[in-house]
Amino acid sequence: MNIVLDVLSWACLAGGGFFCVVGGIGLIRMPDFYTRMHAASVTETLGAGLILLGLMLQAGFTLVTAKLLLICLFIFLTSPAATHALAKAALLRGLQPLLTAMGDKPSKP
Amino acid sequence: MFATAACALLATIALALARAALGPSVFDRLQSANTIGTCAMLLLAVMGFLGGRPEFLDLALVYGLLNVLGTIAVLKYFRHGDLGEPGDAEESPKP
Repeated sequence: MNIVLDVLSWACLAGGGFFCVVGGIGLIRMPDFYTRMHAASVTETLGAGLILLGLMLQAGFTLVTAKLLLICLFIFLTSPAATHALAKAALLRGLQPLLTAMGDKPSKP
Repeated sequence: MFATAACALLATIALALARAALGPSVFDRLQSANTIGTCAMLLLAVMGFLGGRPEFLDLALVYGLLNVLGTIAVLKYFRHGDLGEPGDAEESPKP
């Protein structure tokens, strides 16, 4: 039983780390501010979620798991609010999203 | 096992730092600061497990709280030009 938990938590940790790096790369490569926010939210949801899940599996039913659950709840409640505030402030401040340039034809759906 | 997660988080922090340096608009920098804060929070949690010290989880939680509050405060400053008097809610933001 212990082996299964170890393998599962190792997979969650590796997956969480992978998604964090994917979000970081997206933060670099995305063309526009609003698309970069999507990339950043990948790290905040999947990356953080999987890493914390991996740590929870490692900790078992103890106080540590309760704290990890609190951190998970905290991230899932506040990161959308922060991202929304960021997008609203950017839009109000006049940062225009990079839509298709007027010249070229719109991409077919 | 924790080392792989810690290295991945350090790589993400490095990438976010690069975005903070490159970022054309101030909001890109703020976005990468927010990402760095989240990754630092996760790194604290992983380090707590790596070092066998469960108190680090409290640090991670408090750090996350401060990070979000800081982001919201800086946003309010950028949006209103100053921290805004109480009561002027949705007037047009000063240029």
